[in-house]
Amino acid sequence: MGGKVYASVLGLVSPRPPVVQVIPLSGRYIPRPNDVVIGTVTDVQGTFWLLDIGAPRWAPLHMTGTPWKVDIGETERYLRVRDAVIVQVESLDPTGRIGVTMLGEGLGKLEGGTIVHISPARVPRVVGRDGSMIQTITRHTGAQIAVGQNGRIWVDGTPEAIRRVSDVLRFIDEHGHRPGLTERVGSYLRATAEAGPPRETAPEGAPHVGFAPTVPPEDETEPGGDRDSYDTQDP
Amino acid sequence: MGNIGAKDVPVLLSPEGLRIDGRRLDELRPLRIEAGALHQADGSAYVEWGANKVMAAVYGPREVHPRHLQQNNKAVIQCRYNMAAFSVDERKRPGLDRRSQEISKVIAEAFESVVFAEEFPRTSIDVYIEVLQANAGTRCAGLVAGSVALADAGIPMVDLLPAVAVGKIGGAIALDLKKEEDNFGEADLPMALVPQSGRLVLLQMEGHMTEEELSQALDLGVKGCRDIYEKMKQALRERYAPTPVPGALA
Repeated sequence: MGGKVYASVLGLVSPRPPVVQVIPLSGRYIPRPNDVVIGTVTDVQGTFWLLDIGAPRWAPLHMTGTPWKVDIGETERYLRVRDAVIVQVESLDPTGRIGVTMLGEGLGKLEGGTIVHISPARVPRVVGRDGSMIQTITRHTGAQIAVGQNGRIWVDGTPEAIRRVSDVLRFIDEHGHRPGLTERVGSYLRATAEAGPPRETAPEGAPHVGFAPTVPPEDETEPGGDRDSYDTQDP
Repeated sequence: MGNIGAKDVPVLLSPEGLRIDGRRLDELRPLRIEAGALHQADGSAYVEWGANKVMAAVYGPREVHPRHLQQNNKAVIQCRYNMAAFSVDERKRPGLDRRSQEISKVIAEAFESVVFAEEFPRTSIDVYIEVLQANAGTRCAGLVAGSVALADAGIPMVDLLPAVAVGKIGGAIALDLKKEEDNFGEADLPMALVPQSGRLVLLQMEGHMTEEELSQALDLGVKGCRDIYEKMKQALRERYAPTPVPGALA
């Protein structure tokens, strides 16, 4: 427009002449073919399941796209609503219909674990260059991690590992567009590893008196309280 | 309504040309915009504008509910403007009423004219605007909040949509009316502008103005919108500004 180029979405301009590229900072997941994504079942039909993969529309997973021999009407025996799966985007059409398949290496139903949601724009930062970030995280925590291109990340391992991984992921989600990310994540992981039990990661200002012989399983109250105290310290 | 005598009407404009809160005729109320105020939404914004407090959340593009509203060539833009029961002096009866339905409709239509809806066929982009505290000009505050929230949600748009109301108080055209000026003034003219093209996508009027006053009001409003536009862009920049990081991961 008038010799100027305007962006339609909020993002960072990548100055690589002669092409102007805007790297979006936010937004829903826009599927691309061959993306591996993590979704949850939202509806079960006679011959297919509908998956919520965080895209503008639900993606149908047809029974022929699974490794199982499913009879018509028997779909619910394999996947039910709220089950999590890891699938690959196979086809896209101009109306936004998304075809996904479960046939392929590393694809299938996810059992156990937790799914952490982050912005799809941050996925490259979670993976890191040639997977360096994800390797750092798994090495330090021993957790099993599967990253979907749609910003859904499946984590399995000890409760402590899951907690640390989701802390790191939440941090990357909030600060992933800033430099120096890898060092920050590395130092956090080292700090929590040396400290040992999860309660030790409590920052100063929250001194805990000795060790309770039986640590209550729910630690939510304490990290929550810590975060509050931080907010008041750093307004 | 009975007889509101002349002495019950507050003096809206002092002889020096100052308004009841000390503003000049072409002055906006203080405006603070925060992008990304909510976590769960795809995009969100919080606006404090004078005594107005408005929260906006954007979800989508996502599956359309109810299904029959789905359009197979573009996204539908649904908007819900709602005032909290505690947002006004007297308790407002909660829920949809004639006024909020109208405002929801005009705001949705304003957004339709800037969003590239064709990029997301058969989906819905839902804008929720909650007025927590009202002091005149809430539809404009809602538009500003909703527009920043749409940008925060990464939805492709022609432009942001600044909005402001211009009115007539004590015979003079004034920018950004507050409650008393709206209640006792002679006219109210809310508008929303597409700054890049100069197009108005929302224009309503209550009360009376002469043709001359109208064109004067439009000029004033467009000027106000351009100031608001800068603040909206600033709010979006601040959302991603490199600030010191609090917390254990610093």
